[in-house]
Amino acid sequence: MAHAVEIRNLHKSFGALQVLKGIDFTVDPGQVVCVIGPSGSGKSTLLRCVNLLEEPTSGQVVVDGVELTHRDVDIDAARRRVGMVFQQFNLFPHMTALENVMIAQRRVLKRGRAEAERIAVENLEKVGVADKRDSYPAQLSGGQQQRVAIARALAMSPALMLFDEPTSALDPELVGDVLTVMRKLAEEGMTMLVVTHEMAFARDVADRVVFMDGGVIVEDGPAEQVIGAPRHERTKSFLRRVLDPTHTDV
Amino acid sequence: MSEQSTMTGPPVGPSGASSGGAGLSPRQRRNISRGVQYAVFVVLAALVVSWADWAAIREHFLDMKVAENLFPEIFTIALKNTVIYTVSGYVLGFFLGLVVALMRLSSAAPNRWIALVYIEVFRGLPAVLVFILLGLAVPTAFPGIRFPFDEYGVVAIALGLVSAAYMAETIRAGLQAVPRGQMEAARSLGMSYSRAMITVVIPQALRIVIPPLTNELILLFKDSSLVFAIGVTSATSELTKFGQDIATEYADSTPLLLAGATYLLITIPLSIVVRRLEARQAKAR
Repeated sequence: MAHAVEIRNLHKSFGALQVLKGIDFTVDPGQVVCVIGPSGSGKSTLLRCVNLLEEPTSGQVVVDGVELTHRDVDIDAARRRVGMVFQQFNLFPHMTALENVMIAQRRVLKRGRAEAERIAVENLEKVGVADKRDSYPAQLSGGQQQRVAIARALAMSPALMLFDEPTSALDPELVGDVLTVMRKLAEEGMTMLVVTHEMAFARDVADRVVFMDGGVIVEDGPAEQVIGAPRHERTKSFLRRVLDPTHTDV
Repeated sequence: MSEQSTMTGPPVGPSGASSGGAGLSPRQRRNISRGVQYAVFVVLAALVVSWADWAAIREHFLDMKVAENLFPEIFTIALKNTVIYTVSGYVLGFFLGLVVALMRLSSAAPNRWIALVYIEVFRGLPAVLVFILLGLAVPTAFPGIRFPFDEYGVVAIALGLVSAAYMAETIRAGLQAVPRGQMEAARSLGMSYSRAMITVVIPQALRIVIPPLTNELILLFKDSSLVFAIGVTSATSELTKFGQDIATEYADSTPLLLAGATYLLITIPLSIVVRRLEARQAKAR
């Protein structure tokens, strides 16, 4: 079976700072993989390399059979198949929710207005914010904004969805709405790569959990094993700190 | 002028209510300071009024017989031409400025250098010099060259070249004020760099720079008077030249005063618009 994502020996440096030090991993179609790890471990950079928002220093990224790191690849075409959801939502503030979900369908996929609107409304309904279609982002709560952002990515019919700490900028009481939407997507069989601090979500929804630290993958396995019975000391120590913030063992 | 008072007695605590020499409260001292300021204004105004020769002023600046000769041409020709010069120069300057701003942020170094040289040259030159160079030197250097619409073309291009340099820097600041995540979100949806710029970044940047760009319109409105440097006919003269010509003809300054008032007729409403826009942006933030 072809992989949805295949990453081989990926390195990324910002100047002298080595952020990714040789990453190898794969995501299979329909899989939900959560990437966890302390801040600065390189997990967001890894995610951003998957759709080439960051250009890898060396190594290969293959998404849906297309090697994005090949110099002849049409990166704009390749990105259409990869949806991305950001920590800060990044909705377009000068457009309504509906326009946010329509604009790339119109300009990139060249869909007609009626078709783009129909697909936009479908996706806004799916994430539960169809009643906010004519609101501007500034008029929406963080949770609503993030759900519009998810609808915007889904409207492009992606083969893979990337989530970069999608709930980290939300007020605690709004986290649940966004996680519910993501859980529903996972159940529908969407291939998802999620950088997150939500351990309960990772344990319940992810097929696999990847623990990163210091620019390398420390542990990669089934969710119940990596979170429930971690093998590596670094994983254990990280999970102790995350699951019980008052616990100090460092 | 120092508000700070020196300690003259024993320490009286942090309130400082009685720390003034005469035991005045801060509010009393502020009121006295205001009163002194107003008194100075009144004295200065009185001096100017008493010094002025009111009979001469009435004759040379407010001569109704001379003023009659300005109408309706001050509006139908002079103001009309001022507006045409300003608007055509502004439109040209805006689009050129947008291009220069984008070049300034380009990832290709030569683009950045060209944009930088352009900005430095046209911001550094007096606008009047650009007018003269364009109106007189360019036709010499390129024999047979003809600007479209004659004087109108020369003025539009000269004003456009100068204002583009200022507008480029303003627009660049606006483009940089749009969060990086906007470009990233657009690119991650499959938009090309230029598509993302046109659809997502530039519209937001322009919204940010509307107030400073309107200020630039006011500046340009006044700079259109520099057209005198290339020589204009009575049909193409604008407010300043128009006022000056009639002032010379009648040896009377009334036309200058009226020309000035006509400028304010346009610039003051524009300033009010700018202030409103700025207030609205401050509130939105």
